[in-house]
Amino acid sequence: MLDKALKGSPKYWGWIIILLAIAGVGFGCYLWQLNQGLTVTGMSRDVSWALYIAQLTFFVGIAASAVTVVLPYYLHDVKSFGRITIFGEFLAVAAVIMCMLFVIVDLGKPARLFNIIFHPTPNSILFWDMVVLSGYLLLNLVIGWNVLEAERNALKLPGWVKTLIYISIPWAISIHTVTAFLYAGLPGRDYWLTALMGARFLASAFASGPALLILLCFVVKRVSNFDPGEEALGKLSVIITYALAISLFFVGLEFFTAFYSQVPGHMEGLTYLFWGLEGQGNLVPFMWLFVILAVAGFILLINPRTRRQESTLKIACGAVFIAMLLEKGLGLVVTGFIPNPLDTVVEYAPTAPEMAITVGIWAIGFLIITVLYKMAIGVKEEIDF
Amino acid sequence: MKINRRNFLIVGGFGALGAGMLSATKSFGRKVQAGQGMPAPKWALAVDLQKCWAGQQAGCHDCLNACNKAHNIPQMNEAKDEIKWIWLAPFEKVLPGQQHDFLPEGIKEKPVVTLCNHCDNPPCVRVCPTKATFKSAEGVVTMDYHRCIGCRYCMAACPYGARSFNFRDPRPFISEREMTYPTREKGVVEKCNFCAERLEEGLRPSCVEACSYGALIFGDLSDPQSEVREILRQRYSLQRKPQLGTDPKVYYLI
Amino acid sequence: MYNGGRILVGVCIFLVLVTFPFWNAIGRSTAAPELDLDTPVIQQLSEKKCVEPAAVMRENHMQLLDDWRNQVVREGNRVYTAADGTEYQMSLQNTCLSCHSNKADFCDQCHDYAGITPDCWTCHLEPEGN
Repeated sequence: MLDKALKGSPKYWGWIIILLAIAGVGFGCYLWQLNQGLTVTGMSRDVSWALYIAQLTFFVGIAASAVTVVLPYYLHDVKSFGRITIFGEFLAVAAVIMCMLFVIVDLGKPARLFNIIFHPTPNSILFWDMVVLSGYLLLNLVIGWNVLEAERNALKLPGWVKTLIYISIPWAISIHTVTAFLYAGLPGRDYWLTALMGARFLASAFASGPALLILLCFVVKRVSNFDPGEEALGKLSVIITYALAISLFFVGLEFFTAFYSQVPGHMEGLTYLFWGLEGQGNLVPFMWLFVILAVAGFILLINPRTRRQESTLKIACGAVFIAMLLEKGLGLVVTGFIPNPLDTVVEYAPTAPEMAITVGIWAIGFLIITVLYKMAIGVKEEIDF
Repeated sequence: MKINRRNFLIVGGFGALGAGMLSATKSFGRKVQAGQGMPAPKWALAVDLQKCWAGQQAGCHDCLNACNKAHNIPQMNEAKDEIKWIWLAPFEKVLPGQQHDFLPEGIKEKPVVTLCNHCDNPPCVRVCPTKATFKSAEGVVTMDYHRCIGCRYCMAACPYGARSFNFRDPRPFISEREMTYPTREKGVVEKCNFCAERLEEGLRPSCVEACSYGALIFGDLSDPQSEVREILRQRYSLQRKPQLGTDPKVYYLI
Repeated sequence: MYNGGRILVGVCIFLVLVTFPFWNAIGRSTAAPELDLDTPVIQQLSEKKCVEPAAVMRENHMQLLDDWRNQVVREGNRVYTAADGTEYQMSLQNTCLSCHSNKADFCDQCHDYAGITPDCWTCHLEPEGN
């Protein structure tokens, strides 16, 4: 079926080449990072996890969000989702691969990556993160491929694929819960030490993932003859609306606990993010942008008229995606380290090579989406869906 | 079962999976080796701040210099790359949450010796995905630089900021090489190791040895007659962030 | 064969590239490694022997060093009892290199010839002059 991705218009190939070029620049910067060490990034002794890990965290959420189309379709027979489950699963594949790439570029000694397998350590959440992410990648690849093949040959889905699909549903929840556990179990980081972490992660994932999926479906509609269907997108947008509402509610909960209790450890993280701490606050504009975009997105989505209209839906999805990217993919990780364990604010800003590598990985993610979606569209057009 | 290609692939796949699991199961079965005869010591350090501050008045940094020299600690140009095993930080930063507005004059800014606490319940050991950092039988939280993959999870987990990462090759920044001890390389995390290499020979850590003001008292907590147990009986002591349950083995005598 | 022409050309290019190390070295030869055991410390030894017999060390020094590494770092055990009963401190830098202080004329000879770069030396310090 991969041959379907090898036949395309000049625009298709132009897009592929642009993505390869961006990935190439990122790769070149990575070679520079391998040579010099992680000093080429903006990370420091105090802020030892930053853009790479933040992006990993965000994209695990995107990967997990495939469950928002898989669960309703396979467990509750929501027929309209049948047209787009494959796009959700392939988005998950691309997102998980991006996550793994972000881990690799963040490691100090990537050649020793397999030590996690040679010396398995069940008490380490990072070990389980490796297990669940690898498992999820395999699951979605096998499921997506077989579902597409079955569709193409007009066959019933084999029983064993159905079993894997049922497994992938709690597994999707697990990948993001385990990622939340990376943060939520560390005694020294007050901003992260909240039981709400797992819930917040899932809520923002179920807002940002489907938002991206809707936008990708609109692209699919434009570049091909396949129409994902208004009903499917309509239902997805409702999911985003409620996930976003819950997400913002959870942020409010954090604010209450921090500022009503007046415990310094709880207040400092949020204060740093939204107002700055000790005169330093380079994330403040980004956090207020997050607020504006999230609220704007919510207003557009909660109103049925703007939610159903394609133009405003696209704006809302874009706003929600960028808002969550800022909150989770930028604010969350860095703020865990501020203030540092010795109560001092040491700020972080990404460097150019760091951003180039990040954008390079984004390009690889989009490349995978492009190829897999082209394949899926090719099959769907072939069977005249 | 018919031997066709499909069945062969299925059986082969599971076989390969099983074989791959072997190495994982081996680690589950490994037991901790029991000691021989004598109970293992439990090393701890007491920092007598009054004596240390007296020494600092005279400009003493002997413990820092001894450690930095003995372990080839690089002196980096940029603060973000810095490697610190033992250093000085203000009293109010080292022991936050135990401060108020009416403490004796000037005490908040007084520099306090800060290092890895070699906790009894170390979060860094709990999170390490390869057991590159582990707690030795003698209670020393140790680094295996050969195994470290540089994921820096331990740095996120440490509530005391005791760990440093080699963001770059440290060798150009080592002014004088101590030939009996290795350097580290870019990409691994490092920290104070309680001079485990000296403890094995019955010597005290370099910092303790270097302190001429008697401010660093080192010893075995499991020996009720040890120097450190004696001083902890006599003087009131504080641990850093005790409410986190890490049970540090560095005690500050105020 | 569909596209046979292009496939054959591709296969030929591949074969040329994959056999590069062989045809590139035709006519050239590299001298066999010459190990120099003439160091001040070795000259002073009454009995010129290594931790284990030379033949054993030649074949197994990698495993020995691995074993030493795990015992010292992970078990906290620094004393090695050789096959002949002699006890040594397990240390690459302080035991092995105290005798074999001429790394460039000893260790590097075989390693360079075989094209191996063991990554011990980014951390473990080589004696001066290497």
